[in-house]
Amino acid sequence: MKLSRLTDLASPATSFGMWGQYPGRSGRGATIAAARKAAVLMAGTMTLAGCISVNAPDKPIVIELNINIKQEVIYRLAEDVKQNIEANPDIF
Amino acid sequence: MTHAVTSTSLRSWKRRLIAPAIVLAFAGVSGPAWADRDPAYAAARSAGQVGEKTDGYLGVIGGGGDVRGLVDKINIQRRANYTQRAQAQNATVEEYAFTQGCMLIQRTSPGEKYQAPDGSWQTRGAGAPQRDPRCP
Repeated sequence: MKLSRLTDLASPATSFGMWGQYPGRSGRGATIAAARKAAVLMAGTMTLAGCISVNAPDKPIVIELNINIKQEVIYRLAEDVKQNIEANPDIF
Repeated sequence: MTHAVTSTSLRSWKRRLIAPAIVLAFAGVSGPAWADRDPAYAAARSAGQVGEKTDGYLGVIGGGGDVRGLVDKINIQRRANYTQRAQAQNATVEEYAFTQGCMLIQRTSPGEKYQAPDGSWQTRGAGAPQRDPRCP
């Protein structure tokens, strides 16, 4: 849009360098802006189509605090803990 | 003493004495573990006021301050025991305590309380208790 009314005495205010920067501008700028809009929309649609939906589980999430204890160690200690009960019946 | 003088009546008399003696001797050696427990602790266990936790220590479920004091005292003793045993076995205190917990839950008597892997308190029934899948 050329604001001839505001720049009556001078030549109409145009800024060639800013063409295509703002939507709603007439002429070539508007075409570029429209093309960009379309590209953004298309990209958005493609992103949505490629989405993987992740649903929250129904069951509560249990955090295993003893995860660092290895089964191998537990099996190695199994015999000793049995003997420990026999040796210290008062605390078990 | 010779076999000649040992009468049949004397032999049967001996047998009558020996049999109960053997039974008594075995009972003394392999008596139940709870026989050595403090009576107050044994009572709290059977009343379901204390339970075996998965981490190898006792938990308080009910009862008053007396039960808590009792449990704290035993847990301190357990911790000292686990620390010593774990060191001898080149394991961490947590590893040893956890393994001991597996065994202690296994050995609970029906009616006693224990902690399930999800953290809830369970009463031991006639069947196997709910234990951590890593338990031996």
